[in-house]
Amino acid sequence: MDFSWLANPSYLAYLWQGFVNTLILVALSGTAGFVLAVGVALAQIVGPRPLRWLARGYTTVIRGTPLLVQLFFFYDGVGRLLPLIPGVRESFLWPVLRDAFFYGVLAFTLSVGAYVGEVLRGALASVPVGELSAARAFGLSGVQVLWRIWLPRAIQICLPTLTGEVILLLKSVPLVSTIAVMDLLKAANLVRDETFLVYEPLLLVAGIYLALTLVLTTGMRALEVRFPGVKPGRV
Amino acid sequence: MYQFQNEGLIDWAGPLLQGALVTLEIAVLAYAIGLLLGLLGALAKLSRVWPLRLVAAGYTTVIRAVPELLLIILLYYAGSQALNALLRSLGMDGAVDISGFVAAIAVLAVVQGAYMTEVFRGAILAIPRGQLEAAQAFGMPPWLCFRRIVLPAMLPNALPGLSNLWLILIKDTALVSVVGFEELFFTTQQAAASTRAYFTFYAAAGALYLAITLASNVLFRRAEALVRRGQATG
Repeated sequence: MDFSWLANPSYLAYLWQGFVNTLILVALSGTAGFVLAVGVALAQIVGPRPLRWLARGYTTVIRGTPLLVQLFFFYDGVGRLLPLIPGVRESFLWPVLRDAFFYGVLAFTLSVGAYVGEVLRGALASVPVGELSAARAFGLSGVQVLWRIWLPRAIQICLPTLTGEVILLLKSVPLVSTIAVMDLLKAANLVRDETFLVYEPLLLVAGIYLALTLVLTTGMRALEVRFPGVKPGRV
Repeated sequence: MYQFQNEGLIDWAGPLLQGALVTLEIAVLAYAIGLLLGLLGALAKLSRVWPLRLVAAGYTTVIRAVPELLLIILLYYAGSQALNALLRSLGMDGAVDISGFVAAIAVLAVVQGAYMTEVFRGAILAIPRGQLEAAQAFGMPPWLCFRRIVLPAMLPNALPGLSNLWLILIKDTALVSVVGFEELFFTTQQAAASTRAYFTFYAAAGALYLAITLASNVLFRRAEALVRRGQATG
């Protein structure tokens, strides 16, 4: 094992950038994906029939195909068709649409939306109807019931599962290295190409992920304990 | 040159289906080995011997905390290096083609085994203790008790988790394309690059994976009905 390359500032810069990008990717697509998931879950429970079918179809397709295929579908498939639309190249969005990072966030957001949407659908459906009726009886509007009672109760029910989903999201981040986004795996690959060390950079990144997972699990566990009425999950 | 540009989905249908077949092959083999590893892992986790418990705990913790893609690259390098060294020491230098196939299966099986360990452990723990004690009281030796009591009693508990893992495995097979193993997704990438019809080919690959997962869902639902026969429907 030869870790002397860690003294080289340019390799450390790769790793740092990969680390920061990983966190940004998780934060962005985790947040956007959660918002999408709430919409997808609600569409399947209270939405009109066409919307229900749309949500069901979206969930089935995303959960039935590999994330890697989705990533390439958006980056190579959709991404190469976009410049053909007149005006896209000149639009202010072009710098974003040209960036592989955007497609990573897009694919991950859609993925989180589908997987977490399924989790939330089950949780929303298992909130006792009496609580919702009670809220209505107190004169809360439909939106207020959702915001104050239904959604918080559902999150309370599925929080341990959500922890698992966050970890799954973190663990899918290395996929973006295949579309040339600088993440930890991409950094390890660059170090390998320049130093011809195969195992050391990969093992270091594996160690970083091990630590990140540990921090995330402990953090979410602390959250679960503080959240009233949640039984902390077994990890 | 112009002729090559005219290739379309029809010309690549054969190779794509061939790739799908390879994907299914490695998935089935990895799943079978994973089942075995999972059973052994679960028995080790539940055993009275603490070194066994420690090894099993280390295995599941590390494998489940490190991203699959990273593991696949790492184990693929390490695995094929070890395999090639082994083959060379046996004087079988020509068997390099096989090693890619074997390494892909081994890597996926090791990953699956870690998750299956947890599924089996939970399923075994959910068996009512009285059943196991009754088996012991009847004087059943451990292996017979495992075969006649533990296995049939835990399968209904384990099957939902196992079907989930199969779907994850199907999707994980796409990852071995990254190390240059020729399965469905690798063939798709070649087809897309050669025809420049990226949208079409990635959509087609997605449709093939979806067909496999949907068909698997139907099969697993049947299997679940089979292992749950004789149980009260609630």
